[in-house]
Amino acid sequence: MTDIPKKRSLKRATFLLISGILLILGAHAWGLTAPLNEVQMGITGRILYVHVPTAWVALLVFCIAFGAAIRVLWAGSKRADYIEEASLEVGVVLTIMLLVQGSIWGRATWETWWTWDPRLTSSAVMAISFAGILVLRGMLHDPDKRRTISAVSTIIAFMNVPVVYFSVKLLPSIHQLQSTPNTVDSEMHWPLRTAAFGFLFLSLGLIGLRARVAELRAIRTEEEPDLPPVPETLQVEV
Amino acid sequence: MSLTPDIVSERREVGLIRAIGLIFKKDILIEWRSKSRLTGMSCYAITLLMLFAFAVGPDPVMLQKHASAYVWMSVVTVSTLLLSQSFQNELESDALEGLLLVPVPPAAIYYGKALSNFVWILLLEIISLPFAVLLFQLDLTSEPLMFTAVFLLGAGGVAAPGTLYAGLTGRLAAQQLMLPVLLFPLLIPTVLSAVKATNLIITHDPFDQISAWFAVMCAFNAIYWTLCGVMFSKVVDE
Repeated sequence: MTDIPKKRSLKRATFLLISGILLILGAHAWGLTAPLNEVQMGITGRILYVHVPTAWVALLVFCIAFGAAIRVLWAGSKRADYIEEASLEVGVVLTIMLLVQGSIWGRATWETWWTWDPRLTSSAVMAISFAGILVLRGMLHDPDKRRTISAVSTIIAFMNVPVVYFSVKLLPSIHQLQSTPNTVDSEMHWPLRTAAFGFLFLSLGLIGLRARVAELRAIRTEEEPDLPPVPETLQVEV
Repeated sequence: MSLTPDIVSERREVGLIRAIGLIFKKDILIEWRSKSRLTGMSCYAITLLMLFAFAVGPDPVMLQKHASAYVWMSVVTVSTLLLSQSFQNELESDALEGLLLVPVPPAAIYYGKALSNFVWILLLEIISLPFAVLLFQLDLTSEPLMFTAVFLLGAGGVAAPGTLYAGLTGRLAAQQLMLPVLLFPLLIPTVLSAVKATNLIITHDPFDQISAWFAVMCAFNAIYWTLCGVMFSKVVDE
C-alpha cells in the first residue's frame, strides 16, 4: 500500500529534477545570448543568472532543513529526518557552488579570489556550520540519537542564515545588495526568474531523491542491524 | 511505603532557580576542590598569548594592533577544552542518568552547567588579561564599565552554545574534534564583536563605534541563552 505514494513521490522528484535542468539550460541560453550587458560589470555581470538563483535557493533549502528539524523534534517524524539530511547536503553543495562562482566573479571584478567581506565570510561560515552537522550525522550510529542531535544542531546553525541574508544590509560590505527581478533590467528579469525556478526545481528534485536514498538506507540498517558474519575463508586463527 | 510519595512531593518542590543554583554549586565545588583544570587551562591560555606574540615578532605597534584578537582567540581555544570536560564527570562515573532522574526540568541542568562554565571562562579571562596587558602593553582603563560588560558578554556568548554542544557531543569518541567543528562557526558573531569592541577600548574608541558591537553581543547572548535552554531538554531526552 505504501509503495504507491513512494512511487508517486519518486516520479515527482524525477520530474522536478528534469524540468529544473531544462529550465536552467533554457534560462542560460536566453540570458547569455541576450544583447544587453550589465551597465557596470559588462560581460561578467552575466554570472547573475547562475549566482543569484544559487544564493536564493541555498537559503531556501536551509529553510526547508530548519522546518524539517522542527518537525523531527516536535513530531518525531522519520520522514522529516530524511528530508533534513537531504536538504543539508543540497544546501551545502549550493553554498559551495555559490562561493566558487563568487570567487570567479570577484577575480574578474575586484581582482581578487577572496576578500573578507561580511557577505562572503558569513556564507563560508554558514557552509562550514551545516557541513559540520553532516559530519556529526556520520559519526552517530544510533538512528534516534542521530535524528535528535542533528535536528538540534540544525536549528541552532540556522541562526547563521539571517546573518548571511542581512549582512549586505546591516554591515559595511562591498558586495551589492540582494538582486531581485525589481532591481534588474526587464530584459534580464525573465531569464533570471526562469533560472531561479530551474534551480528551485532541481534542488527540490535532488532533495526528494536523496531523502528516498536516506529512507532506503535506514530500512536496510533496520533489517540488517549488525555486520554480516565474516566468511570462513577470511577468518584468521589467533 | 507511605514515605515515598512525601519524599517525591518534597523533591518536586525544588524550584527552577534553586535547582539551577544547586547544579551550579555542585559543578563549581567539584572543580574548585581539584583546581587542576583551571591551573592547566590558564597556563595554556598564557602560552597561546606568547605563541601569538612570537609568531608576529617583537614589534610593539603590531602586537598592540592585534592584541584583542590574540586575547579572544586564546580564550575561545582554551574554553573549548574547558567546555568539552564539563560533562566528563557525569559521563565517567555514569552519573548523568542519575542527574537526569532528579525531578527538576532539564533546563535547570543546562542553566546550572552553563553558569558554571560561564564562571570558569570568566576566571580564565581574569587570569590571562594581566599577562596580555603586560605582553602587549595595553591600556584598558579608558572605559572600565564597557570593558567589564564586553568580557562578561564574551564569556556568556561562548558558555551558552558551548555547554549545549558539550552535552550533545559528550558521548562521541571524536568529541575533541567535533566540539570545535560545530561550535566555532556559531561563535563567530560573538567573538568578532568581542574582538572589535576590545580593540575599540584599547584605541579609546575615537568614532564612538563600540555600541554597535555591544548590541550584537547582547543580541547573540539573548538568542543563545534562550534557544540552547529550550534545545537542551531535547538533547538529554536521548
